[in-house]
Amino acid sequence: MHAIVTLTVNGDRRQAGVPTHYTLLETLRYALGLTGTKQGCDKGDCGACTVLLDGEPVLACLTPVWEAEGREVLTVEGLAAAGEPHPLQAAFGDHGAAQCGFCTPGVLMSAHALLLRNPAPTRDEIREALGGNLCRCTGYTKIYEAIEHAAAILAARDDGPADAGLAATFEPAGATQEDRS
Amino acid sequence: MKIDEFREKQAAAAAPEAELRALVEGDDAATDRRFSVIGTRTRRVDGIAKATGRAVYTDDIALPGMLHGKILRSPHPHARILSIDVSEAESLPGVHAVITGRDMPTPYGIIPWTRDEYPLALDRVRYIGDAVAAVAAVDEDTAIRALDLIRVEYEVLPAFLEPEDALAPAEGAVPIHEPSKPGRNGNITKHVRLEFGEVDRLLEEADVVIEGDYFFEGTTHAPIEPHCAIGYYDPSGKLTVWSATQVPHYLHRELARVLDLDVARVRVVQPTVGGAFGGKSEPFDLEFCVAKLSMKCGRPVKILYTREEVFYAHRGRHPMKMRHRLGASADGRILAVDAQSLIDGGAYASFGLVTTYYSGQLLTAPYAFGSYRFESTRVYTNKPACGPKRGHGSVQPRFAFEVQLDKLAEALAIDPIELRRRNFLGGHTRTINELRVQSNGFLECLDAVERASGWKEKFRRLPYGRGVGVAGSCYISGTNYPIYPNDLPQSAVQIQVERSGRVTVFSGASEIGQGSDHVVAVIVAEELGVPLEYVRTVSADTDLVPVDLGAYSSRETFMVGNACLDAARQLREKVVQAVGAAWELPPSRIALARGWAFDVSDPTRRIPISEAFNLAEAKFGTLGAVGWYNTPKDVHGAYRGGTIGASPAYSFTAHVAEVEVDPETGIVRVEKIWIAHDCGRALNPVLVEGQMEGSAYMGFAEALMEAQVFKDADHGRAGLHNAPSLLDYRIPTSLDTPALEAIIVESVDPEGPYGAKEAGEGPLHPSIPAIANAIFDAVGVRVDALPFSPPRVWRALQDPGARERWERARRSVAAPAMSEAAAD
Repeated sequence: MHAIVTLTVNGDRRQAGVPTHYTLLETLRYALGLTGTKQGCDKGDCGACTVLLDGEPVLACLTPVWEAEGREVLTVEGLAAAGEPHPLQAAFGDHGAAQCGFCTPGVLMSAHALLLRNPAPTRDEIREALGGNLCRCTGYTKIYEAIEHAAAILAARDDGPADAGLAATFEPAGATQEDRS
Repeated sequence: MKIDEFREKQAAAAAPEAELRALVEGDDAATDRRFSVIGTRTRRVDGIAKATGRAVYTDDIALPGMLHGKILRSPHPHARILSIDVSEAESLPGVHAVITGRDMPTPYGIIPWTRDEYPLALDRVRYIGDAVAAVAAVDEDTAIRALDLIRVEYEVLPAFLEPEDALAPAEGAVPIHEPSKPGRNGNITKHVRLEFGEVDRLLEEADVVIEGDYFFEGTTHAPIEPHCAIGYYDPSGKLTVWSATQVPHYLHRELARVLDLDVARVRVVQPTVGGAFGGKSEPFDLEFCVAKLSMKCGRPVKILYTREEVFYAHRGRHPMKMRHRLGASADGRILAVDAQSLIDGGAYASFGLVTTYYSGQLLTAPYAFGSYRFESTRVYTNKPACGPKRGHGSVQPRFAFEVQLDKLAEALAIDPIELRRRNFLGGHTRTINELRVQSNGFLECLDAVERASGWKEKFRRLPYGRGVGVAGSCYISGTNYPIYPNDLPQSAVQIQVERSGRVTVFSGASEIGQGSDHVVAVIVAEELGVPLEYVRTVSADTDLVPVDLGAYSSRETFMVGNACLDAARQLREKVVQAVGAAWELPPSRIALARGWAFDVSDPTRRIPISEAFNLAEAKFGTLGAVGWYNTPKDVHGAYRGGTIGASPAYSFTAHVAEVEVDPETGIVRVEKIWIAHDCGRALNPVLVEGQMEGSAYMGFAEALMEAQVFKDADHGRAGLHNAPSLLDYRIPTSLDTPALEAIIVESVDPEGPYGAKEAGEGPLHPSIPAIANAIFDAVGVRVDALPFSPPRVWRALQDPGARERWERARRSVAAPAMSEAAAD
């Protein structure tokens, strides 16, 4: 049996006819073509499907799509501003926080939710916030570094001229290993 | 845009003159040049695509008219198939095709000598989860319903779950496979016994002999992306398979062979892969099934494994039971090593022939052995097949051996780092089993972790319950011999240069998250002097790129890197010749870097790189080049098996782990792991550190948490996976994972690209023995079986002599180190 569900995804009001047992994850991936959100286990263990529902992180694979009816969903595709990656996304690229990249969309959404409620988290607070996102590639270290870096950039943006903040926190793109140490 | 405007823009994008001057004035002792891209912390070429959700993985692909497939799996660990009735399933509305073993009766296997499995079981199932039939239907729900309608009649056979039982089957028992020769045990995949030097005599003469029994529990890869494949047999008779594989080339060959198709009319595309770690390095049932189902119904068919199916597909780390004897002189020199391994292979051979050799062949560095013997036997059992997991075949014996070394250090009251230094193999030498070792930065690795961890202040000095441990290892950078015998290049690329300065590299290398696309891009950008953003990499599509054998045995950086150098240097030569001719300068005066071609004696004389390319194109014709790499073939021992383990270069690693053990509960907490790894040269330090941290994490996980285990008849259904979910299997979360510190050591290998060697697998090995040795330092007990779970550690702590042993160990080593520290 199919039915029509209405939800706001990344700012767009969307409707889709889906089987009534569909989860939010299946709706995003298979009905709305938003494949950025990943399925790693389909039972709430891995966190790859983490999206924000009215600003709170949820596991899309455990969320019946009807729970999202009429609500606001933010996915990894909605994180970037037009033509420019979100500072979290840029930092994930720069710090090698995405290796295979499969857990990355979910990790980013958990990190984004964290920075929304706590703009300057400690390393332990970051570890706590990512406790539901399994990463198999990185050992998490590069992910922490990327989130800390993005938090610094976002803070600099809020505090004053964006360029000064960026220059202070970004390593030069061509920095060599020697330069760094 | 007018061409002048375009060039102006491009010149603006290129680096300022001061940077060019710095490049030619810099001094890199090893190469007499300063790199502009190599060694810098550049953003991965696929970083933004992956961080914005735009990277396309196999399950993200939906083709028009695509059907969904499901595979029916055996509920029995060992049974004969008497009959299969698919008529009801076929007549279910929405079902388009049903196939069984009879549709694909050709056996396959990654190793050509041990092809022992069928895409769908022909007449026998050998583990719970063995594939029996497959269905394509309009959607997954319908496919699942159709599976329920397939009737299979089985004759259940006694199952072999323990390797010892398989080794000595009861009279009349049906072996898991037909014996290769009459009279042999069909439960044995491979037996190897090799001896170098006089092991027995030297064990007799040794001042001390350490003996130990070790058990390494099986573990699995658990990439976050489940296996997925799409097959489409189009009306022109061409088959395309998109698959989350790390070996497109081998898949390409096996698909054609098993499906009896012309290999030239088969295309394998590897989309972005969401992690593999060795778990996607051979063909799997789903790849054959999507192809055959599509051939039957003429529509694209997708199969996505459930997480449970990923656990049953497995091909992960083999459980190994090991007995090691180590004979040494009183000053700690290794005189003799005798290593025996019983390897639990699961139901099929997979890479097992290689695993059996690796379990012995890769133990002979970074230490010099006076003599060496190993005997390894891989047996079949009625469980999912084991195969190559990160550090294939050598992580288990490395655990045993590095713990043996720690016990030797304890017995001789020598600091275990010092003991390892004394036995250092050296560089530009041969191991006792005649592997050619060139660059070797192991001593620098030991120094680095000793310093960074504060070893001298901690070893045998931390309070009871806390400790540090050290371990070392080596690993191959690819193998000198391919899986199927041939003399063709192991890796190749094709570079195409466009007039704008954009460069496209068609690369065979398999990007699985390790960063091979980035490695390709930085090498080409370095050689041709273009900004990294100008390089596009097209990889792992058998219709578009030359052959590379795939992402296994840590071969990509070394091999595709050398192929890139080969191609890029041909192009570079043309460009510097053309610019030199235009400026009436010798080509040696021309450098290409950071978007410019310039005179090294006067960097103010320069043109944008695109103009330099245009001069070369005008002089030599359209610019393109192929480059390739093949391994040295004459650098191994002339004995049977001497080619296995032979690699063009070896990486070296040392770890120090610091742990806290709760003596009340046996809970081990790893505080931190210091990882020093000799990767030859870090082409991109961010990527190398990422591989080192990820490896140490994965080793830590095997040490303390993970176990791929199966139920026995007393605990449910025999052969059933104990915990086929990420939650129950317990892969570490951010809260479980210790702090990791990666320290890069660069020994600059003579044959690696810019001196680079592998970094993806070597750094896993020492985590496990370093943790084991740290547990001893903390509480005085040896836990020689994995994982170091609380019950196991707690039981060891019940030994009444444990505390006394801890105190004795402290007294014997802490005293001399203390006086040394005082002298400092």
